[in-house]
Amino acid sequence: MIAEAGLAALWFAAALAALQLALAALGLARGQPQPIAAVRPVAIVQGALAVAAMAALIALFLASDMSVKLVVENSHAAKPWIYKFAGAWGNHEGSMLLWVTILGLAGGAVAICERRLPERTLIATLGAQAGIALGFYAFLLFASNPFARLNPAPANGLGLNPLLQDPGLAFHPPTLYIGYVGISVAFSFAVGALVTRDVGPAFARAMRPWVLGAWIFLTLGITAGSYWAYYELGWGGWWFWDPVENASLMPWLAATALLHSVTVLATRDGLRAWTVMLAVVAFSMSMIGTFLVRSGILTSVHAFAVDPERGAFILVLLALYIGGALALFAARIGTVRAGTTFSFVSREGGLVINNLLLSVILGIVLIGTLYPLIAASFGVQLSVGPPFFNKAAGPIALALVVAMAIGPLLRWRRDDASALLDRLIWPIAAAGFVGAALVVLAPPGILPLFGIALAAGLAVASVLPLVGRNLLRTPLFTWGMVVAHLGIAVSLAGMACDSAYTAETLVAATVGQPVRVGPYVVKLDGIKPVVGQNWSALEARLSATRDGDTIVLRPQSRYFSDPVTTTSESAIATQWDGQLYTVLGQADGQGRWQLRLWWKPFVTLIWLGGVLIALGGALSLVGRWRRERRTAVREGCA
Amino acid sequence: MTAPGWQAKHQRLTLALLGVAALVAAALLAMSALKDQASFFYAPSDVRKQGLPLDRAVRLGGMVQAGSIRRAPDGVTVHFVVGDGIATTPVTFAGITPDLFRERSGVVAEGRFNRDGSFTATNLLAKHDEKYMPPELAGKMHETKTLEP
Repeated sequence: MIAEAGLAALWFAAALAALQLALAALGLARGQPQPIAAVRPVAIVQGALAVAAMAALIALFLASDMSVKLVVENSHAAKPWIYKFAGAWGNHEGSMLLWVTILGLAGGAVAICERRLPERTLIATLGAQAGIALGFYAFLLFASNPFARLNPAPANGLGLNPLLQDPGLAFHPPTLYIGYVGISVAFSFAVGALVTRDVGPAFARAMRPWVLGAWIFLTLGITAGSYWAYYELGWGGWWFWDPVENASLMPWLAATALLHSVTVLATRDGLRAWTVMLAVVAFSMSMIGTFLVRSGILTSVHAFAVDPERGAFILVLLALYIGGALALFAARIGTVRAGTTFSFVSREGGLVINNLLLSVILGIVLIGTLYPLIAASFGVQLSVGPPFFNKAAGPIALALVVAMAIGPLLRWRRDDASALLDRLIWPIAAAGFVGAALVVLAPPGILPLFGIALAAGLAVASVLPLVGRNLLRTPLFTWGMVVAHLGIAVSLAGMACDSAYTAETLVAATVGQPVRVGPYVVKLDGIKPVVGQNWSALEARLSATRDGDTIVLRPQSRYFSDPVTTTSESAIATQWDGQLYTVLGQADGQGRWQLRLWWKPFVTLIWLGGVLIALGGALSLVGRWRRERRTAVREGCA
Repeated sequence: MTAPGWQAKHQRLTLALLGVAALVAAALLAMSALKDQASFFYAPSDVRKQGLPLDRAVRLGGMVQAGSIRRAPDGVTVHFVVGDGIATTPVTFAGITPDLFRERSGVVAEGRFNRDGSFTATNLLAKHDEKYMPPELAGKMHETKTLEP
């Protein structure tokens, strides 16, 4: 019954999306007030119905309703409830439903909250949103129905992939999807503004919170995904240039560029066409990301089942949306006049450089990710690995860090190059000092040395905009920029430290035998079996001693029976200056156990930086919101 | 002084040119890096055709030959032979082998070739389930018309 209700809600939501699109088109073409007035309520009800469908699916998973095919294939009655809950989107159909649910919710939110845009642009925006949603509804209803029944119903499900049975992963996809969908709203705004030829500062200010919100969630999603891969895969690495990782990195790069260019549009009325173009590109990247992950054409530790038909469906949607937006862009670009001009040595100029460098990195990641697919269609099998990305994107990323240090120190409109050099003295001194100190105290490799020195320079440059200001009166969005840029410096320092100073030990150890790794002496105290709700495991007890202090770690080798799989659960001890990372391997039959130990100095900075970057975004969002509310109140009083 | 309209057009043109230059730079960088990378993935028989890639990290894919897995006395090093039906490559790996690493199943090893044609792996790729086979590997197997060594 719940399944049928969910399916019905999905059909009604799809019908309403079609209605929403038709009403918006009709209203804009004829200029009639009735259809225009109906668009907002329809968008709100459409969002509510999508939420109802998602709620129905979650209820089916929680109840372990084994008459539903999706539940059978992705859940198990004996699973902890939190994974039943998360299992609703830990699969293809459910994740697509989650996508469209968030899209519907966002559409409803736009319909309720958006007051800044002119009515016609808002209607065009909601029409574009309905168009995007319609494609996904069709995809769900015709190619991947999440509510399909299975007859006869089996007693038990096949279970969730144990690698996905992890709290981090339960909430990782929704985070990324909120990011993807936020970008799609920005795209709808761009389409709406193109339709009504209303690309200007007001449009930029309306779009900015959506870009910022999407960007915050993408940042958090990427950070969490990186940490998940780090502790769950047991390889000790934090970024693998896996195509699925790239699928989330590419929209982030585009959104980062968009975030900066939309600021130029909002405050200086410059870069109009470029900003609209970036909104189209960012949305294309989030669609390509969805396509790459959901089509199964990739080999990846994250990719779901292979299904060419679904891949083709998403590819058609992709072509329709991007092609449509580009056609509209080409048709209207003549009417989108460029705004004010600026000198190249200026904040605007710095932001243009930022945008160009981000675009180049995006281009490189895109080429590296898609090249094997294109080659495969010509019958050539090849793969592109980390060496390609590091070699091609690395230098540009370092240049971007330099640009990031300089940019915020520039004034709007016009600045003086020699005055700029004066402002840069402190960052350069910091980079030089840290670099020299490292060479004397603990010489790392040339690249990590460069990375740490650059991070020090960027950190100092990041906080310079605060110097000489009343900190309490500094606007929150200035704080946001400072914190976000500081976050990049922190992450960069973590990455460089990890690659320069990581110590690794691999041994087959007997009980009681001391093993040295970095500053620690690790001893295997014993191995014992442990049992969880749907797994059993061998668990090692390790005591790690450093300067007289002892910590205990318990890495496991876990065995799942439904489906039959074993996973390694690493044990990680976090200290102020780094992490001790331990993995338990197999026994060799002579009383020895394989142990892999890493001491990773300051590796936590990588993810701390990610959190800071997101926090910077959040500060910015709150700051803009408060300022706008204040302005609105003032205008209301006047 | 020139008209503001002309100035705006001039600036737009400069920006457009900068954008094109950036795109060209990206393409060139990517292409030059791809040239090294075009053969990032090797099957044992590729070595015969393309020569040994000695100076860089690559991936080696194929089937673990039956009866070839040997564990060294140190307890952490494992020796095995990867084959693609035409040629074979001896591989040495020090580390914890993935759970699905076994004889007669596909494997992708990351590491470097040695001068004598053997391979030293730094990582063996572990995948979700036993049905998994990387497309590159499926392609190689198809090419050599053998699915079982």
